[in-house]
Amino acid sequence: MKLSKKWLNDYVKLNITDKEFASGMTLSGSKVEGYEEEGSELKNIVVGQVLSLERHPDSDHLWVCQVDVGESEKLQIVTGAQNLKAGDHVPVALNNSVVHGGQKIKNGKLRGVESFGMLCSLGELGLTAHDFPYAIEDGIFVLGDDCDLTLGKDIREAIGLNDVVTEFEITSNRPDCMSVVGLACEAAATFDVPIEEKEPVVKAGEGDVNDLLKVTIAAPELCYRYVGAVVKNVRVAPSPRWMRERLRASGVRPINNIVDITNYVMLEFGQPMHAFDLRYLEGNQVIVRLAKKGDKITTLDGIDRELEDDMLVIADAEKPVAVAGVMGGEYSGIMDDTQTIVFESACFNGFSVRSTAKRFGMRTEASSRFEKELDPNGCLRYLNRALELVQLLDAGDVVNGVVDCYPTPKKAVTLPFDWQWINNFIGIDLSEEEQKKILEKIDFKIENGMITAPTWRGDIEHLADISEEVARFFGYQNIPNRPLGGVASAARTPVQQLQILVSNTLLACGLSEVATYSFMSPKAYDKICLPADSKLRNYIVISNPLGEDTSVMRTTPLPSIMEVISRNYNNRNPEASVFELATVYFSNGTEELPTEKQVITLAMYGDKCSFFTLKGVVEELLEETGLKNYDVESVSDDPSFHPGRTGRLVVNGKELGIFGELHPAVLENYGVGTRVYAAMIDFNILFEERNDVKIYKQLPKFPASTRDIAAVCDAETTVAALEKTISKAVGNILEKITLFDVYQGSQIASGKKSVAFNLILRSPERTLTDEEADSAMKRTIEALKKIGAEIRS
Amino acid sequence: MKEQLEAMRRTAEEQIKNFNLRSELEAFRVSFLGKKGELTAILKQMGKLSAEERPAMGQLANEVRAYIENQLTEKSEELKKKELRDRLQKEKLDVTMPGERRELGHKHPLSIVLDEVKDIFFGMGFDVATGPEIEWDYYNFEALNIPKGHPARDTQDTFYITENMLLRTQTSPVQMRVMEKQKPPIRIIAPGRVYRSDAVDATHSPLFHQIEGLVIDEGITMGDLKGNLETFAKRLYGEETKIRLRPHHFPFTEPSCEIDVSCFRCGGKGCPMCKGEGWVEILGAGMVHPKVLQNGGIDPEKYSGYAFGIGLERIVMFRFEIDDMRLLYENDLRFLSQF
Repeated sequence: MKLSKKWLNDYVKLNITDKEFASGMTLSGSKVEGYEEEGSELKNIVVGQVLSLERHPDSDHLWVCQVDVGESEKLQIVTGAQNLKAGDHVPVALNNSVVHGGQKIKNGKLRGVESFGMLCSLGELGLTAHDFPYAIEDGIFVLGDDCDLTLGKDIREAIGLNDVVTEFEITSNRPDCMSVVGLACEAAATFDVPIEEKEPVVKAGEGDVNDLLKVTIAAPELCYRYVGAVVKNVRVAPSPRWMRERLRASGVRPINNIVDITNYVMLEFGQPMHAFDLRYLEGNQVIVRLAKKGDKITTLDGIDRELEDDMLVIADAEKPVAVAGVMGGEYSGIMDDTQTIVFESACFNGFSVRSTAKRFGMRTEASSRFEKELDPNGCLRYLNRALELVQLLDAGDVVNGVVDCYPTPKKAVTLPFDWQWINNFIGIDLSEEEQKKILEKIDFKIENGMITAPTWRGDIEHLADISEEVARFFGYQNIPNRPLGGVASAARTPVQQLQILVSNTLLACGLSEVATYSFMSPKAYDKICLPADSKLRNYIVISNPLGEDTSVMRTTPLPSIMEVISRNYNNRNPEASVFELATVYFSNGTEELPTEKQVITLAMYGDKCSFFTLKGVVEELLEETGLKNYDVESVSDDPSFHPGRTGRLVVNGKELGIFGELHPAVLENYGVGTRVYAAMIDFNILFEERNDVKIYKQLPKFPASTRDIAAVCDAETTVAALEKTISKAVGNILEKITLFDVYQGSQIASGKKSVAFNLILRSPERTLTDEEADSAMKRTIEALKKIGAEIRS
Repeated sequence: MKEQLEAMRRTAEEQIKNFNLRSELEAFRVSFLGKKGELTAILKQMGKLSAEERPAMGQLANEVRAYIENQLTEKSEELKKKELRDRLQKEKLDVTMPGERRELGHKHPLSIVLDEVKDIFFGMGFDVATGPEIEWDYYNFEALNIPKGHPARDTQDTFYITENMLLRTQTSPVQMRVMEKQKPPIRIIAPGRVYRSDAVDATHSPLFHQIEGLVIDEGITMGDLKGNLETFAKRLYGEETKIRLRPHHFPFTEPSCEIDVSCFRCGGKGCPMCKGEGWVEILGAGMVHPKVLQNGGIDPEKYSGYAFGIGLERIVMFRFEIDDMRLLYENDLRFLSQF
């Protein structure tokens, strides 16, 4: 909302700087986004009068003018404009002046003739012909009688381009502040000055409006009030300068007196108005009704629109002539030959207006006000203001009377005035009188212990709402701060503790944390090569996504982390190791909320990465979480992963996660030309299976025996199988088994491999004898033989 | 023999002086004092001496032996020192060469600041609560005093799954969920992802993070809200930080406010970061609307409370002077490794 300072001054007199005004209003609740002085970039431009013109001796289009700018010396100025004659008053940009757009003007020569400045067009002042309808845009701006023609006068003052425009952010609960009067009330209360409001006065005219117009509200739940008036013998003409100026400052383009009056009243009181040409109201009737299926209308913006049967329209006896509260019809609008008009000042249901405007994709000045629920009690007064302006501007002859349909007048909200409750709620200590004084400034009425809100304050429903009024004019800054007292738990939940542990461990392992979108493209499932019948494709679809790329909620974090890998690879980062605690979403149908699960997602590439680097990180993570008894199974059928380089983590029969090298087909789909290793670990299962109990085990008191053993077995035999066999055979004196070599090659038969382990044997009770150790090794050799592994000699 | 011993002492002394290595010294000790050494050889001749001469010579021999041993020890100490000195000198490194680093991962900037915020609130007695990201319209809007058709819905362009199921546009629904489960006193923050249908640009993202806060107890006032959030601002930005409350409107709080902090870069004088205003907006807050308390099953006659919402991206971007929100979700290691 743009507020003109000149306009505001009609209502309140403030003796403060623009900055003080902005800051005061902001702190009382009307947030100022900024303020600007109109034409402030214009420098050193004054009113001048063309005394004479001569052809430039060396040009067939330039003129050499002698100009009087109120100094003793006349100025010679060369211009290319063709619309001047001697005696014209014009804006003169003197030496060292600045015109609109920041261009500097200096004395100079044009084709050899000296020019001491420049004569300005509307455009050079930042204006258009809408601001001065009698002027042309492609020539010099010849000032009219509505300007101050004092020679040498600063042009901004002379033409009224010197308003200060303050831009407010108005919150949706205060449509009353989307108006000059609304903000004037706030300003008066903020700066404690009186507000000067006048009742509009309409002089008696001719005839009776009831002979010319009939109004019916057929949908009273959507149209609270409709007030109509008629103006005959309309004289469409430009509005006077003061009105054009205020419209311009408010960001509205002046059109003609009738249109300008409707806009003026809307800006002044927040009440959207509409004007119809009575010629086109069939049967001289206004019927506010729901549209019928198939009804059509061409709106003022020239678009043909098909109406739906829940949309409110203004119709005549036959057809819709306006979309109620949103936009008028093109057909019944004001034209140059319009003679008789109907002014509409109505109040519509906000939800209905909002929904219609939204469906048509046209949020107009009118709809953006109506949608916030306006006060029907103001309709008549604002219509009278429009009629008063018609008479003031002599824009037509007002017909006596108005047609006012107001089936159910709006009642004011009245509440018990519990001023102590307000004190306690805000944490202040004001007397009843002090509160009363604040509230009466903003038109609340307090009588017999009851408080009544003005009906334009539709946001007031509860004492808490009234407490805000007290608080903001008392000043939020004046409420004493109180440090938070009492006791509360402040404990991290076990889930939060595990999240921290996981994150810290992975960071310590050198992986960086990433944050990826929760939604993705459904095509991502193809990119990670999931088959068409994969259960993961049962994703949740966003019904109104921004685009396909962000249209479904992920059921797997793999595509998200692959996007990260791909981006880093394509940005030529030589390596990347990343992780995310990513949430995935599984549908439970439309009657139940989805299941949201976290998946610890890891991915890495680069020279230092291998399958075993990844597995090392996974092992580190599992060790940190105290998870020991898990199995690793080889996975060859996951379409996203390399069939020979992928493992599954299984714990207590539950699938904890998967890790491995990604399938080359996936890498190709993401345009990644290097091997990538990734893992996904189910956070919930990790949480269930974690062991955060740590109990100290005594340090060994007796020496250990170490033995190395190398077994030759089928190349297919897994290290895990060998380890298991050895562990079982050695029994509980095995303290640690470490793989130290795997060999395949010329020394070994083909299809075989040699696997070597180092064993540490120890008893907690005594020193092991050589015999005990040897016999353990003997058992081991026998056991290995049984699974087809021979000791390498 | 006496002369022999004296001569021997002199040569030995001379030799010891010239040794440069402890190994030479050791070899000399063996050759001189050892079982087959020179001195031993001389002492073996003692038998030939007369009984009168023997004690004096014996004494002299012992003196010479002690003397040389002493010389050897001293020299040995000296050489040891010298060798250490030499070694240390040889081992000199160019300490300006880079260290061999064990690379750690980098925490995401969003997590860095979120963890800090969590710690601040832990310190003030808050728990961390969570709620679903895919929510019912009821929790996200209705229960928070934003019925269908409410204009406030326009400012939060919503992604819908079904008519009643949506991606939460704010973390405020967690307020409702906590109130339904927990009786006062309540003191929680609820950080999490929220979604709005905003096209991606330098300051918008369809997905971002909020940190919700909720305090409910008997006798909670707006003064508590101010005191609490001022403490938060001071802990986050330093003791000299000031806050400024501006009245605002949120349907689920009344009175409502937006809170600015004095610009942490210029201290309030005005700079490009605060656009010359001296203040930077960091959060929205207000007293929980009695209707909302009622919807959460809490008696507004008995209890009152306040709520606040912090935009995480905003404070992260201010903290690290990040000028483009997209960087936070692009996850380029060249960006992440700066934190």
